Parts: sequence; structure tokens; C-alpha cells
Amino acid sequence: MSVLYVAIPVALIIATIAVIAFVIQVKNGQFDDLETPAHRILFDDVEKKQSDHDSAE
Amino acid sequence: MIVKAPSVQIDCSHCGLPVPKGLVEPDRTEQFCCSGCAGAFQLIHSNGLDSFYEMSSGDSQQRTFDRRQEKPKRFAEFDEPVFHDKFVKSTSEHGKSIELAIDGIHCAACVWLIEKLPQILPGVTAAQVNWARATVVLRWQQEQTPLSKIASTLDQLGYSPRPIHQSKHENRFRLENRRHLINIAIAAAIAGNNMLISAALYLGMFAQMSAGMSQLLRIASCGVGLAALLIPGRVFLKSAISAIRTKTPHMDLPIALALTVGTIAGTVNVIRGIGEIYFDSLAVLIFLLLVGRWIQFRQQCRAANSIELLYRLTPQTTKRIVDGQAVETLVDLVSKDDLLQIETGDLFPVDAEIITGSTAVDESILTGESKAVQKTVGEFVAAGTSNVGSRVVVRVNAIGNETRLGKIVELVEQASLEKPKIVQWANRIGGYFVVAVMLLAAVTLSWWWATGAELAIERTIALLIVACPCALALATPLAIGVALGQAAKNRIMVKGGDVLQALQNRGTIWLDKTGTLTQGDLKVEQWHGDLHWLKIAAELEQHASHPVANAIVQYAEQTAAEQNDDSKLKHRFQPEPELCRSQVGDITTIAGGGIRGRVGDFDVLIGNAKLLKNQDIAIESRHTQIANQIVASGYSPCWMVVDDRVVAIAAIGDSIRPDAVTTINKLGNLGWRIGILSGDHPEIVNRVAKRLGINSELAHGGVCPEEKLALVQENSKHETVVMVGDGVNDSAALAAATVGIAVKNGAEASLAAAPVYLAEPGLSPVMQLIQISKSTQRTMAVNFAVSIGYNLTFAALAFSGLINPLVAAIVMPISSLTVVSLSLGAGRIRKQGSKA
Repeated sequence: MSVLYVAIPVALIIATIAVIAFVIQVKNGQFDDLETPAHRILFDDVEKKQSDHDSAE
Repeated sequence: MIVKAPSVQIDCSHCGLPVPKGLVEPDRTEQFCCSGCAGAFQLIHSNGLDSFYEMSSGDSQQRTFDRRQEKPKRFAEFDEPVFHDKFVKSTSEHGKSIELAIDGIHCAACVWLIEKLPQILPGVTAAQVNWARATVVLRWQQEQTPLSKIASTLDQLGYSPRPIHQSKHENRFRLENRRHLINIAIAAAIAGNNMLISAALYLGMFAQMSAGMSQLLRIASCGVGLAALLIPGRVFLKSAISAIRTKTPHMDLPIALALTVGTIAGTVNVIRGIGEIYFDSLAVLIFLLLVGRWIQFRQQCRAANSIELLYRLTPQTTKRIVDGQAVETLVDLVSKDDLLQIETGDLFPVDAEIITGSTAVDESILTGESKAVQKTVGEFVAAGTSNVGSRVVVRVNAIGNETRLGKIVELVEQASLEKPKIVQWANRIGGYFVVAVMLLAAVTLSWWWATGAELAIERTIALLIVACPCALALATPLAIGVALGQAAKNRIMVKGGDVLQALQNRGTIWLDKTGTLTQGDLKVEQWHGDLHWLKIAAELEQHASHPVANAIVQYAEQTAAEQNDDSKLKHRFQPEPELCRSQVGDITTIAGGGIRGRVGDFDVLIGNAKLLKNQDIAIESRHTQIANQIVASGYSPCWMVVDDRVVAIAAIGDSIRPDAVTTINKLGNLGWRIGILSGDHPEIVNRVAKRLGINSELAHGGVCPEEKLALVQENSKHETVVMVGDGVNDSAALAAATVGIAVKNGAEASLAAAPVYLAEPGLSPVMQLIQISKSTQRTMAVNFAVSIGYNLTFAALAFSGLINPLVAAIVMPISSLTVVSLSLGAGRIRKQGSKA
């Protein structure tokens, strides 16, 4: 049980890091547009395939 | 290689529309319907972006170009220093960045193509599209590629760019959204961790946890809980303090009180080492309340976003007359009393007075009427309206927000920032609730004080926690938020939640005929006369941009294609100005709806009966008969006169929307009465009503705006009245109706007046809205019942001392969770229902 003396502060530190990371991303504008990226990702594969194809040529 | 018989239709390689026969080039693989498509294809192909065509969705027709604008734009004003000062941000020494609004984004492939700009133009470093707002953020090196080049490339691809007037709310909303997200994230992290700690504590009770360990957990919970109160929770403390200051009971008051009392009691108990701590439930409470608030905020955002679009309605550049010379300049630099030259087909950028020339003005943006209005020297023209007649010089009267359009935009903005009424109602209930809870807490405290101070405090805390109105606070915004999200997905913008409540009761739906029932674009339905004259008419009419003129030109093209005889009309598609000028000349647009000009050896006049009368042209009785017959079948006659003799009459009509009939039947089955309230000719209205199966008693034609208003007001005294309309002539009625619904492409005044805006024309969205309203109302009633019932029961239990703070703290979030899951679940069921 005494592991909790270490585990709890560690857990809280990890949570703090996660929150800080999230806040940084919010401030960078990552969450301003939640719609376009969902569509953008659809064509990443097509593009990759094509560049593979191009490099094969 | 295309080896096809000439009769087979050939599709454009860019937009997929049929290629006019005159343009088919048999020795090429790619075929194009216009030079715009050819240019776009060339650009896409030469940059190796052909996969655009693989990705594109089926509705590729939207990719086509307006054939009237064959001349590529230069966008020279995009390089002016004033333009850069106003719209462009410098990111590094040469690096610049700008946000442009772009028209024509309609599928994911468009996003892909625009974001490939860096591949097409070397100076562009990044292009990032925001689909929801239809904007692109560009980063580029001005030294390498001027902005005008980027703009014209976008235009060539079919996405016409415009700089954005940064609306004052835009940035505020963005920052506010970020603040909300950060607060929610912190509250969520704290709530989650605190619950884990509490779980350990509760389990420890059964597993004989050592006192030291338990105290550590309690200290940790206390620390995290204090953070929850002081970081995300301070929103509530602040508004509670201001509620006390203004002496108005506010929802935040008991919340803040419960938070403070709970935190203090918990801290005291942690220090004492015995007694309950409440930090986990407090943290969850803060988290849930913040989520509810964010949902409400997003709702307001969405309304504001659709308003932002209104700012894009006026042009950015215009021609100012300086020393007798017309110089291209930014509209923002124009000041009052400047003289501007407005070309045919341009929008008026400002409110102004005509100084020289006379023209026809399409005021449909303000009035919803598609017929152009004749304006001459001394008359006023409004910003946003379109000059469809001839070139005029105007003197500026008002600019920007001072214009009629600007004022309307402001009105809409104000309206949307007001809180939805039904949420206010919940807040009012909440106010009484707050007072009741406070009294109850005081009574509890004094009642149990005799038994012992500690017991009294414990019971009071239990009561305060359990009676916390968070479920009540969440009930309406959540249900409405979910419903509005659903509506927005169906492209229905609802500005206020009370609309959903109003649509509960059945009543009458009044429809404005033009626009909501009909397609809106005019068509030639019949041609009485020799087809030879049709070609002549088309040659003359292609020099005008009036809707009737377009209809005649289109009809002529269609007939020519059907007849397989394209030689005469070929130059429509391959502009050869030389040829046009030699054939057509002396064109005058005549006040009162008509055009006159010479085509070859003929003196041609096309217009309405009034014009013919004004020009003293004799109308034979057989022609009158034809005209009467045309009116009887629901169309309007358009006369063609050659050398003062009537040679042909066209029946101009407006075709009915495909979904209108089925939707009207469905609405009728739901118990709604459907009526038409239109300014059009009564006979035409009757004809449309008959085609749609609408009771002729409810079909009112030839109604003026005042009559519309009176009818709606009279009606709304005893029943729910829904008015669907798209013009300024409807706007008074829209405002007076229980629920006003404005339709896309309508006048801004109607947008301002109506709490609902359909981004997709047609009637079926109205139907969807009614369905959404029904299920929302149900969800809201259930939410209220659950939260109030819950609060009453447990407040009574707490008062009588049957539950202690621990139980209260466990049960408290359950009510909120019930409400949340009920609301979200209702949304999901609705979605499935609408799919089925």
C-alpha cells in the first residue's frame, strides 16, 4: 500500500502534464476548427498512393 | 480519343456538364463546356493534381463556371498597399498571411485541391481551409508571388476569393471558446483524479486502510478539490458575487454556496482528520456545469457564424472617379460624396444616389423580388443590390455599417446575442428554486440546531449538496443544444430555443410562393411564334442580364441543341465580339421591363404588355388570346416585337420544387394547415395552389406586405402561425408570426426578422424542424420532471436526516448524469429516426 505515497503524486503530475499539453494545443488553435480535418484525412491515402506511384516511375 | 456519333452527348472533362455541340473538338481527349472549365482543368492537370477528379463527389455540376464571366479577373487591388495594411498580416520578413473567404467549396476534394496551392504556386507556403466557415488561411512570400496571382489562380480553379471583414465578434468567440475548453479540460482532469482518490477512500473503509494512508488520500483530494474551486470554479464564484451585488437570485448563487460550504466543510474535516469530505462530487459538479455552459455558448456561436456570412455580401472593390478617370479602388477607402462608376453586372458597394445614367437594379437581396426595378437620376440604390441594366455613375450616401444592409446585419447580430427565451424561463424557475433551497437550508439548520451543532451542519450540507440545481441548470440547454446541433447538421439554423417550443402546437403554415415553393429561376415554358424569331431574340437578350433575358437565351440554346442546328448560336459559347457587334447594335434597356435593339436588319423589342402599350404597338386579338391563355396556365407572357409588329409571345414560368408536393402532404397529415400568402398575381397563385393540392380558400394572391402582416397577426391570435418567406415584403409577417422561417437566397431583412434560417431551399427542412421540435420538447419535459422530482425527494430526505453528506455526494451527480444521458440519448434516437 505504501506505493501510493509515490503513485498518487506521480498520477497527479501526469495529469497536470496532460492538462498543460491540452491547454497549449487549445492556444495553438487546434480546436478552433473541428470539421475540416475530418475531411482532410480522407485523402491522405490517395495522395500517398500517388506519390508512391510517382516515385516508382 | 473520342469517337462518338455527333448525336451522343459529350460531357465536360472538368464539370461533367454536357458540352455544347459548337465547342466539341473531335481530335481532343478532353472536352470543355466553357473556357473557365478549360482553364481550371489545364491548371489542375499541369500540376499533377488529377486525383482531384477521382475524389470529387457526384454533384460535380457545382464545379461549373458562370458562362457570363468569361473574362478572367485580375485582382490588381489585392496588391495595393492599402489592401495589405487592412487585411494582411506579416509573419516574417517577407512572409505574409491572410484569411480569405472563398465561394464554391462543396466537397472534400475542394478542400484537398485548395490545400495543394503550394504545389501550384511556388511562393505559397501553406493554405489551410476551414470548411465550416468557407475560408482559407494563406501563407506566402510576397516577393516571390504577389497576392493578386494567388487570388486569380483560386478564381481560375473556380473558387472566387474575397478578403474578410474581421467581424468584431469573430475573435471574441474564438478566444471565448478556447477559455471554455481550457476550463473544461482542467475541471475534467480534476474531477477524474478526484473520483479515483475517492474510490480508493471508499474501498479503504472496507479494507481497513491505515489512518496515515487515508489521511494522505484525503489531503490529496482536498488539494485537487481546492484547485477545482479556484481555477475552473471561480466562474461561479464571480457570478455569485455579482448576483449578490445586484440583489438578483441567480442559478450560480446556490452553486457557489454549495461549492464554498462544501469546500470549507471538507477542508475542516480534512484538518480534523474525521468526517466526510466532498471534493470529488464538487469537482464533478463544476465539470458538468461547465459542459452545459459550453454547449449553450456554441449555440450562440453558430448563430453568429451564419451572420458573419452576411458581411460577404458587398463587393470589396469599386471604380472611383478621380479627375474624370475611373480608378479601381477598395470600397473601404471610399468616403461620402465620392463618385463611383458601377458597371453592368456589378453589385452596388454602398448606398448611393444615381448621378448620371439610368439602369435596372436587381433588389432581390433586399426585397426577395426577382424582377429588376428601373432607377434613374436622383434615385437611391442600396448596397448589395445588383446593377443589371447599364453603367451608371453614383454619389455615395452611406458606407459600411451605415448602409441599409449594414443596419440589417447589425439587427441580426443583436437578436442572435440575446439568450433564448426558454432558457431564460429555466433561469427564472432556477431563481425561485434558489430562494427555496436557501430557506430550506436555514430551516434545516435551525431545526436540528437544538439536537447539536455538528449534526445540524452535517444535515444542512447534505441538503445543499443534494438540492444543487445542476440537473435543472443542465436540463434545457442540453436538450436544446443537442436539438440545435441536429438541426444544424440538416442545414437548419435556429437562432433561439423557444422556436422549438412554439412548433409544439399545430396551426397554419403560410408559404410565400416565390422561392419557397418554386425554383426561383425563370424558364421559358412555351414559345408561341416562329422559332426563327427565338434565335433573334436570344441574340439580343444575351446582351442583357435580366432573369427573363437569361431564360430566353437558355431556351434558345436548348432548342438549338435539340434541332441539331448550332451554327447560328455557336458564338454564344465561343465569344467572338466582332461578330456580335456587327449583328446586334443600338441596345437600350427600357424603363418598365424591356429591351430594344437592332439585330441584323430587324428592329427588335422584347418586353411586357405595358411596354408595348407605352410604345404604341398594336396588339391583335389573337395575340391577346394567347396571352390570356398563358396567364391562365400560370405563366407570365413576354412579347417580342419586330419592326412594330408582334411576332412571338413567350410564356415565362417558375417551376415548382420537386419536394414541395410530398412535404405539403406530410405536413397536412401531421395536422398543419397550409396556405399561400404571396404578392404574385392571384391567378398564378391559384394555379400553383391547385398543382400542390392546397385549399383555394387558403391561397391568397396579390397580397401587399401590410395585408400579409394583418393576416398573420389576426391568425396568430388564436393559433400557432408559421410563416415561411424570403423577401423584405415578408419580413414584417415573419416577425409577427409565432415562428418565422427565412429561406436561403432570401433577403437579409427576412433573415433578421426570422428566428429560423434554412440554408437549403425547399420545404422539407420545415418538416424536419417540426419533428426535431417535437422530440426536444419531450426530452425537456422528462429532464425537468427527473431533476425536480429528484431534488424534492432528496431534499426531503436530507431535511429529515435520512441521508448523510456522503450519500448525498454519491447521489448528487447521478441526477446530472441522468439528464445528460437522457438528452444525448434522445439526440441519437432522433438521428436514427430521421435516417429511417
